Amino acid sequence: MELGLEVDDSRRPYTVLAVKGEVDVYTAPRLREKLVELVSQGKHQIVVDLEGVDFLDSTGLGVLVGGLKRLRSHDGDLTLVCTHQRILKVFEITGLTKVFSIFGSVDQAVAE
Amino acid sequence: MQRALVLELDVPSSPEYIAIVRLVVASVASARRALADERVDDLKLAVSEACTNAIEANRVVHPDAAVHVEIWEATDRLEVTIEDSGPGFDPDKLEFPPPITDPERLNFERGLGIPLIRALVDDAAFIRTETGTEVRMTVFGGPTDGDDTGAIYMDMSSFADLPPL
Repeated sequence: MELGLEVDDSRRPYTVLAVKGEVDVYTAPRLREKLVELVSQGKHQIVVDLEGVDFLDSTGLGVLVGGLKRLRSHDGDLTLVCTHQRILKVFEITGLTKVFSIFGSVDQAVAE
Repeated sequence: MQRALVLELDVPSSPEYIAIVRLVVASVASARRALADERVDDLKLAVSEACTNAIEANRVVHPDAAVHVEIWEATDRLEVTIEDSGPGFDPDKLEFPPPITDPERLNFERGLGIPLIRALVDDAAFIRTETGTEVRMTVFGGPTDGDDTGAIYMDMSSFADLPPL
């Protein structure tokens, strides 16, 4: 099971990380590694695009929470792009819609 | 219709097999029960959370033990049980993350699995067994008109010896 992770640096100062596939305890470590790598490269405004994600569980949520914490410690931010109801529902149930800024498109996320 | 076993599945305690369990449970739920797609997605996520916990529990004391999955059905419901051979836990004594409004919340990357299971299925029971923990998840919904093919048993526990997926 592959997790697609595509980085787009063309929207400076934002870095867009497009995630594709299923994020669970098997694949989430790759997402964590990629976020850590981007932060260590000095990219502190990260937009995680979840439009290509078919499935996300609590391990994936944990990685995103960890990424947000890491970025805030650098005065940065991690925002999300997500319109799929089944993914948004996971954020709603856990109350994380109040922690993350969630946008309907990458254009909206980088316009903030 | 009495409560009847539809499928048993043993998978190695390894994270790459959780996707297979999700797929099997979602396929059975869609094929045999009159459930909206959204409810099948909810069950799929709850099963994933329970499998993640079961694998972690097995790895503490019995890393070679399989995670045992059963799917049962009755007239008005589908039940999925996930059983591990781990040390067990008391679901009422779990530490939950601080409220969302608390800045400390960002220090908690874990602890969302059990609340998610409880929120996603119609009933969730965490049962201490002689050998570990069984999580029993129930969704209500009548049967579809499919033929009854009898119980199926799939043993994937020896798959751990194969190369990674």
